[in-house]
Amino acid sequence: MKHSKSATVRYAMKKSLPVLFGYLFLGSAFGIMLYEAGYSVGWAVIISLLVYAGSGQFLLVSMITSCASLPTTALMTLFINSRHMFYGLSFVQKFRQGGWRYPFMIFTLTDETYSVNVSINDVPEGVDEIKARYLIGEFNHFYWILGSVTGSLLGMSIPFDLTGIDFSMTALFVIIFIDLMRDLNSRLCGLLGITVAVVCILCFGYDNFLLPALIFTVLLLFALQPVLGRKEAEEE
Amino acid sequence: MTTGFLIATILVAAVCTFATRAVPFVLFGGKKEPPKVVIYLGKILPVAILGILIVYGIGDFSALEWTSLLPKLIGVALTAVMHLWKRSVLLSISVGTIGYMLLINFVF
Repeated sequence: MKHSKSATVRYAMKKSLPVLFGYLFLGSAFGIMLYEAGYSVGWAVIISLLVYAGSGQFLLVSMITSCASLPTTALMTLFINSRHMFYGLSFVQKFRQGGWRYPFMIFTLTDETYSVNVSINDVPEGVDEIKARYLIGEFNHFYWILGSVTGSLLGMSIPFDLTGIDFSMTALFVIIFIDLMRDLNSRLCGLLGITVAVVCILCFGYDNFLLPALIFTVLLLFALQPVLGRKEAEEE
Repeated sequence: MTTGFLIATILVAAVCTFATRAVPFVLFGGKKEPPKVVIYLGKILPVAILGILIVYGIGDFSALEWTSLLPKLIGVALTAVMHLWKRSVLLSISVGTIGYMLLINFVF
């Protein structure tokens, strides 16, 4: 089948669009925070270009203002981003087909890029799936940089009260969650994820719950493989 | 903080962020097919992770006042109902987010 470049770009834009608004707001919040710490727009661009992480960059600002040592910065960054270790599991075979795009596809695998990626099941005719996945990551990264620049330049002088627009990221998660619940197995897994998250918040506190929640979820799904994996095996 | 140290700090954060994302690709992304359990987890894990991310997005329910928790829960419900009804990503996000913003600005 022949792939069309414009169809691929259009598809990637459409798929990444839901991330735009949330990133403009969250990126702005980062830009404002960095500006108030005393670093101008150039630094915002450099950090958003090289790091590209939401909570990770907020942490980085406090590392910078507190003059943290390099090992401290390394450990804290590894810890706050540890959930990303689980994201690639769904794409180990797919992303390899990207050639020179492969490292960029890994680099842009944030919460939001991951969510959009798992929501792709079949692509329309003419769309190159791998290139589209690559472009979605690049578009998202661009929106993130754009948001950081906006925040850094406008600071607190944004004329509208946009409090709450970051809820669009949660809304995106809700939508993809619903789309993924196609059969009984996935509904059970979704419920399991929510339950484990709630229990882990109660046990470990909100600031530390993500990593244990992911580890327990993986362990539980691993233990349930004889039950849940049977149907998957039949399908193949 | 000197400019040199600032750049070093940024580079350390960049490398460590990339490293966490690269872990599964380094472990299982070779030429050989990944172990069966990884393929199984790769298929089944996303829906559970999205469930966790929703809880993450709602925030610390054990410490939040009900006046900040309730609008979030209503926002989530609004988004979900809208999506089950119309199945349009942009429409569901817009209705959920605008609904949430109106709630926190005018109701709670």
